[in-house]
Amino acid sequence: MATEILMPALSPTMEEGTLAKWLVKEGDTVSSGDIIAEIETDKATMEFEAVDEGVIGKILVAEGTENVKVNTAIAVLVEDGEEVGDVAASAPAPAPDTAAPASAPAEAKSAPPDAPKPDTSPDWPEGTPMKQQTVREALRDAMAEEMRRDEDVFLMGEEVAEYQGAYKISQGLLDEFGSKRVIDTPITEHGFAGIGVGAAFGGLKPIVEFMTFNFAMQAIDQIINSAAKTLYMSGGQMGAPMVFRGPNGAAARVGAQHSQDYAAWYAQIPGLKVAMPYSASDAKGLLKSAIRDPNPVIFLENEILYGRSFDVPDIADYTVPFGKARIWREGSDVTIISFGIGMSYALEAAEKLAEDGINAEVIDLRTLRPIDYDTVLASVMKTNRCVTVEEGFPVGSIGNHLSAVIMERAFDYLDAPVINCTGKDVPMPYAANLEKLALTTTDEVIAAVKQVTYR
Amino acid sequence: MTDAKLSFPHPPSRPDQAPDFSGIVIPEAGSLPVPPVDITAKDCWPFAVGLIRVLDDDNQAVGPWADYLGDIPAETLQLGLRDMLKMRAIDKRLQNAQRQGKTSFYLQCTGEEAIGCGFQRQLEQGDMNFPTYRQQTLLVAADYPLESLMGQLYSNELDPLQGRQLPIMHSARDYGFFSISGNLGTQYVQAVGWAMACALRGDGKIAAGWIGDGATASNDFHSALLSASVYQPPVVLNVVNNQWAISTYTGVAAGKSETYAARALGYGIPALRVDGNDYLAVLAVSRWAIERARAGYGPTLIEWFTYRAAAHSTSDDPSAYRARNEADAWPLGDPVARLKAHMIARGDWNDARHTQAEAELLDKVSEVQKRVEAHGTFVNPKPISPAEIFRGVYADLPEHLRRQRQEMGY
Repeated sequence: MATEILMPALSPTMEEGTLAKWLVKEGDTVSSGDIIAEIETDKATMEFEAVDEGVIGKILVAEGTENVKVNTAIAVLVEDGEEVGDVAASAPAPAPDTAAPASAPAEAKSAPPDAPKPDTSPDWPEGTPMKQQTVREALRDAMAEEMRRDEDVFLMGEEVAEYQGAYKISQGLLDEFGSKRVIDTPITEHGFAGIGVGAAFGGLKPIVEFMTFNFAMQAIDQIINSAAKTLYMSGGQMGAPMVFRGPNGAAARVGAQHSQDYAAWYAQIPGLKVAMPYSASDAKGLLKSAIRDPNPVIFLENEILYGRSFDVPDIADYTVPFGKARIWREGSDVTIISFGIGMSYALEAAEKLAEDGINAEVIDLRTLRPIDYDTVLASVMKTNRCVTVEEGFPVGSIGNHLSAVIMERAFDYLDAPVINCTGKDVPMPYAANLEKLALTTTDEVIAAVKQVTYR
Repeated sequence: MTDAKLSFPHPPSRPDQAPDFSGIVIPEAGSLPVPPVDITAKDCWPFAVGLIRVLDDDNQAVGPWADYLGDIPAETLQLGLRDMLKMRAIDKRLQNAQRQGKTSFYLQCTGEEAIGCGFQRQLEQGDMNFPTYRQQTLLVAADYPLESLMGQLYSNELDPLQGRQLPIMHSARDYGFFSISGNLGTQYVQAVGWAMACALRGDGKIAAGWIGDGATASNDFHSALLSASVYQPPVVLNVVNNQWAISTYTGVAAGKSETYAARALGYGIPALRVDGNDYLAVLAVSRWAIERARAGYGPTLIEWFTYRAAAHSTSDDPSAYRARNEADAWPLGDPVARLKAHMIARGDWNDARHTQAEAELLDKVSEVQKRVEAHGTFVNPKPISPAEIFRGVYADLPEHLRRQRQEMGY
């Protein structure tokens, strides 16, 4: 049967090219592998070879023709004795059926969707004895417990061993676990992140501490292009079970380069999990879960929170699952959603709002990948109003994402547009008064709540 | 007025000129000794700026490194030659397949076959290479199934990665071949980390990092060397200096550094420079460095001095930037031709057997290719199930991805 010879794509990006030269003429016999033409792409001149055997029945595109689109028929190959006309009737080859026969997109429903049923189980049983701990101590305990539990877990980073951490998170770990498992590194975030990724590929479970996540910018290729994607790219053969942790976001007067909140950056990446705890109990329970997780986890801490004390359940092996938000305060008038240090503003605003008779429900997301959408949606469907709070930049923030999800899935329940309280769209200034203004504030959260509640 | 002036390195010749390798000093074969296994970087200078060669101009194995290898059985050399011939047959067939539009991209390793083929045969099961994209030789010498190698090229059901990675970026844990990264250099420091994991666990395995001359300019190269120097893990760090980074001449990555091997000495890592087109030199130095790593003497850097005879890739046309017959003028010859001549000189081989072996291997490769192509190519695609998009993002399929997959109807 006559077949069409199509303009080939000789590089992955080629869309069209010049048919520079025919090396065969009509009537020539060709066999597989014979060079039949020279094609010029945007990059180079290349030889084009015959796939099948046959006779060149007709040349459809003359040499010298420019801008020949890929997959245009450029010649007709016939079998011996066959007429070219035979091909005319043959339809062009259908495009490969690579598109998914997707089911219809979610059909428009006349009734608003039902409220999801989130997991509202308590983090610890009632009556559990509690102890006061700082976030710093909770993080240290989480690492120590997991290192006792699993010999493959080790900690590496700048100043983590002898100095016990730039922020004293790794206190006592060198003494207990020795220099094989608590490793001081040279000042190369890219280097020790890469070592950690390699060790994780090799079957260990590294905890890589960044002195701050601002410095992890240097390592972001290792984190995103290697740690997050290799399990996928290797067809499931080799992944990176590890934790990247350290302080994230603004501290106090450390300026533009040392104050950035990376929550939304990492939350964007498939293959990563992202936690950003507020309380000491969540810091402990989530870090233990992170260390056990078979995937790479970004664990975003906060320098200002390190010294804050919270109740921590006095349970032998306390863990918090990823993807389960915590409702800190139940309320019926508005939902305030936050995470990490943003919770300070959210909780403070809720208290002041209560004095004005506005009863806010405050949700701590705790993890940003996965996000507990069920808890968010169930709450918004109850209160019909929502304000999000974070310190990060406004464009592409976590709050932006939540607004979109709420609009898609709870539009009919909203009595006001969702408002995102975020940091200002400027690099962090140094001066104390300017710095405070550059972050979000409790007053802004209160104003936003009053706006969505029309007070 | 100022005396300051800049230097912009230029290759010795461009397309309209005759090839010129007169600047390359080729020491005599057999002129360098075998260093003690515990050699330190400061004693390594002659090895880092010299060139370890075993095969001399008369195709004889000479000198201390030949003695180090001892009596090589004829079968070992035949295996090496067959590995290289098989590699050439694969390159030929797959280059051809790309030109037929059956796959989007291919990249040959012509001229560099001895390096990966020789090195791989010195590794043990469980050792791990962290290769870059021109080390398909490692897979071939590890006897990686051709069905898998070609299946990935064609994105068909035989693709072990099921369409999730570029055609030439193979990944084969059981064959000691780590997943290739498209971002150059990342694998180099990961090799150091993997080797540290080997040592921390005490499993007796080693890692080998691979990088091209061009990518030594990446920060990964330097952080890998620093980390290997600090922690002394069992790692062999290979630099394949094939003179060209696409169209960029090697001098642009080297600057005024004497050699790439010499860079390692500044980090305190012993380093040697080796004729990469000499299969026997590859065997000898690979064995030495691998044994050194396994015995706990820490990292070694090897610069394999070779020439990229083929185009960078199927998207490249080297006649635009280098002399057309430069490969023929390469002073260290062709690795296949040299090993063949040596085996003939030993009396273990002859032209007729060579021709027959070449034909046999090409037939075998073509036969597998035909079989693999029956499962689909870009010309007659048999698409991979869309369900595969979601597999391997996380160790376990998360709920939201399961839902997306179901919404797609799979």
